[in-house]
Amino acid sequence: MSLVKEFTKGIIKENPVFVLLLGMCPTLGVTTSAKNGLGMGLATMFVLIASNFVVSSVKSLIPDKVRIPAFIVIIASFVTIVDLSMAAYLPALHAQLGIFIPLIVVNCIILGRAEAFASKNSPIASIIDGIGMGLGFTLALTLLGAVREILGSGSLFDFRFLPNDANTMLLFVMPPGAFIALGFLIAIVNKIKKA
Amino acid sequence: MEYIIIIIAAIFVNNVVFAQFLGICPFLGVSSKISTSAGMGGAVLFVMTIATVVTWTIQKTILVPFGIEFMQTITFILVIASLVQMVEIILKKISPSLYQALGIFLPLITTNCAVLGIAILAIQKDYNLIQSVVFSAATAIGFALALIIFAGLREHLDGIDVPKGMKGVPIALITAGLISLAFMGFAGLV
Repeated sequence: MSLVKEFTKGIIKENPVFVLLLGMCPTLGVTTSAKNGLGMGLATMFVLIASNFVVSSVKSLIPDKVRIPAFIVIIASFVTIVDLSMAAYLPALHAQLGIFIPLIVVNCIILGRAEAFASKNSPIASIIDGIGMGLGFTLALTLLGAVREILGSGSLFDFRFLPNDANTMLLFVMPPGAFIALGFLIAIVNKIKKA
Repeated sequence: MEYIIIIIAAIFVNNVVFAQFLGICPFLGVSSKISTSAGMGGAVLFVMTIATVVTWTIQKTILVPFGIEFMQTITFILVIASLVQMVEIILKKISPSLYQALGIFLPLITTNCAVLGIAILAIQKDYNLIQSVVFSAATAIGFALALIIFAGLREHLDGIDVPKGMKGVPIALITAGLISLAFMGFAGLV
């Protein structure tokens, strides 16, 4: 029962982007399309699950004083794995996400979960927590990417549903659109939570 | 001339917050007052410049000659994390007054993705050492500028009647979007 709770809390109640406001840089930076949002979300989710598992497995071996640097090394190793694998197998997506792939290492969600959850709980619970939080992050990024892609390019997952000469709100695929779209999404989430 | 272009591009055209989306967490977190924004901006200027010099030197003298560029992410983040600690200890000893002013912001900087981001970007853009220093200092000034402008607006936002769900972060994000729109006017400047 408690495992189910660990799993679902990250998706809605403690959604890292809409509620906890963590990991804002990649959220705003890569969500020019739903595909990019999904790719970034999955890459972060992999690092989150793997680092949660390893941190939780070795937590008793790490002295308390150096735990933060140790967590950072564990996280950075998995980020390097993701970075190199994406460059090899998904070069187009890797080029689109650019600088934000190595920057997964400073994503507050990952270090935050390692410190707040994985360093205190069993490996199994930590994996579940990682999957839940990762899904919540992926969901938020894909949603924001979808909104921006629909408004800005008139398409969804590269499928264009407007005639080719139709005008779209180009603003939404540019930087200001990211701030404005996320502002409205958070406002909607606030409204739903209160109702 | 070359340096002037780097400076203008880094401060206005590719502003680190409004165009590149780096350092959003401190941007939203500490920008509620102008004085704290200026303090954070100063601390970032200090750490970002030193961090870029150190990581640039490590990249060129260790990682490239030994062919281990894939260690970049791990090395850089460790260097930045320990550098922040070291700067904090040294400042405490040498200049207590500066430490008083910047002290509380220093630990926050390790998780500021702009520092790691700019260190990596300086390598990717293939800058030499002096260009990297100019680039990182100008970027930090752009960051401070963004923070101070935003703090000035946010101090006024508190007194404004906005719809309930929009209060706080949502309206702040939309304000940031409008500033970002204004900064787009600088595109094409260089």
